[in-house]
Amino acid sequence: MNQEQFIQRHEKTWERLKQWLELKENPPTKRPVKNAPPRPEAEKNYDFPHAYRQVCQHLALARSRLYSQPLIERLSQLVLQGHQQFYKPRGNLLHQIIHFFTFDFPATVRQEWRVVALASLLFFGPLIGMIIAIQINPDLIYSITDGDTVRQFQDMYDPERYDRLGREREADSDILMFGFYIRNNTGIGFRTFAGGLLFGVGTLFFLLFNGLQIGAVAGHLTHMGFIETFWGFVSGHSAMELTAIALSGAAGLKLGQALIRPGRKSRLRALRDNARIAVKIIYGAATMFFIAAFIEAFWSSIAGMPVNIKYGVGIFLWLLVIGYFLYVGRGTRHAT
Amino acid sequence: MLDTHQAIETPEGIAIEIVVAGPVSRALAWLLDTLIRSAIYIVLFIPASFLGKMGFGILMILIFFIEWFYPVYFEVLKNGATPGKQSLGLRVLQDDATPIGWSASIVRNLLRVVDFLPVFYGFGLITMLLNKDFKRLGDIVAGTVVVYTDKKPPAFESNEVRARSPAYPLQLEEQQAILSFAERSPFLTEDRAEELAGLTGPLVENTRSPMRQLLAISNWIAGKHR
Repeated sequence: MNQEQFIQRHEKTWERLKQWLELKENPPTKRPVKNAPPRPEAEKNYDFPHAYRQVCQHLALARSRLYSQPLIERLSQLVLQGHQQFYKPRGNLLHQIIHFFTFDFPATVRQEWRVVALASLLFFGPLIGMIIAIQINPDLIYSITDGDTVRQFQDMYDPERYDRLGREREADSDILMFGFYIRNNTGIGFRTFAGGLLFGVGTLFFLLFNGLQIGAVAGHLTHMGFIETFWGFVSGHSAMELTAIALSGAAGLKLGQALIRPGRKSRLRALRDNARIAVKIIYGAATMFFIAAFIEAFWSSIAGMPVNIKYGVGIFLWLLVIGYFLYVGRGTRHAT
Repeated sequence: MLDTHQAIETPEGIAIEIVVAGPVSRALAWLLDTLIRSAIYIVLFIPASFLGKMGFGILMILIFFIEWFYPVYFEVLKNGATPGKQSLGLRVLQDDATPIGWSASIVRNLLRVVDFLPVFYGFGLITMLLNKDFKRLGDIVAGTVVVYTDKKPPAFESNEVRARSPAYPLQLEEQQAILSFAERSPFLTEDRAEELAGLTGPLVENTRSPMRQLLAISNWIAGKHR
């Protein structure tokens, strides 16, 4: 069969497939624009897999018979388009989300307990160490932050200001702070993760730096005696936020691990495999940052609340987070 | 074959070809996206400033999402292309030429931070120039590739030249070369087409116009001789 006959015989199949694919890629909008001619919908019972495989075969034939380049290119385009449509990921998003939080996320964190433990050590170690160190040598704070910042923090948690003004902030500034916390804290988490690609050095830096900084401020305010205002404020969101930072770090270390110790895989292969795991941890960590920001903006900022209730909620949330990672999703069979 | 063409074998047992996009067009697409994003920020800023602190809080949340997830939204839900990429005819695919999913898209866009280091996509550019698929670090880790999509199949222009059989049988490769010439000839100047056609030697001996002779043979090969 020569090329002309070939085109003549199959032209209709190609045109029909092309039309169908284009309608699938850009489906007509539900509400048509005024005066615009109604766009046809994709045929309902069109046998797409059959047509796609047919055109695949046509392409193979055209190639082996050395038909002209434009024809081969035209068929390649069609096959590429079809390939996109055929192998499109499908699935119920809501179901996937539920499955993720009731199984995938805690199970992944348990499975990767080594990097999680290492990241926690690198973050909580300097944090707690700094709090203790400042009780012994209060001037240490100035080796971490400058005087102005220290004064700002001091002002923020000064008990006298609380006594004078009662509830410090209005509702609209709560929302302002909510936005600020989301943008700032989640951004730090994402950067901590991405830094892992620099052989883990970036992650290491962010974990140690944030650990030291948070520890220094907490230590300093404790030393100043602003116990109730400071610890009362941070207790509520601390569980979610600090754990999320450690988890972002764990995800970053997972990338670094692929480069430093790829095992029996090539570095590239290891990187891809580990990224697939790391991104799950990042999904979870980002969600925790959002929850933390919400708690911080709308709960932690309530000044009139007795401090014991705040401590109680804080401890409850810590137990909740720890319990979640220890127990949720155990014994469930992986569905997919 | 040009080196930006990559063949990918599909489960159907055929190879499909993708054309990977280089740093320049991707940088232009990025620039366009940056302009669009800045425009969005400005448009959002105006109503937000009327709402006071609450407005800025909402603005901050929106900026957070646009900052990190603007490309993710378009890549996953809008056929793999942000508006910038779309206007330059680019598209993000997985390495096996299937559409990009959530995880891959989020990985490649979060790792943008590292590509941006030390200044203005330094690492990204160096990485792109070091591998044959022009992948930046985020692409390597996520297993994605940026390709051209706007290749339109060239029109089948039929020429009016009467088909004529060649003086002697031609091999398949030779036939294909002549077909390609016929399809390209409308895009060449006439002088250049004549010059190229003249190179075929014995095929076009003793003809006034080598180009017309080749077109005639190509029509014969394509089966237009009835």
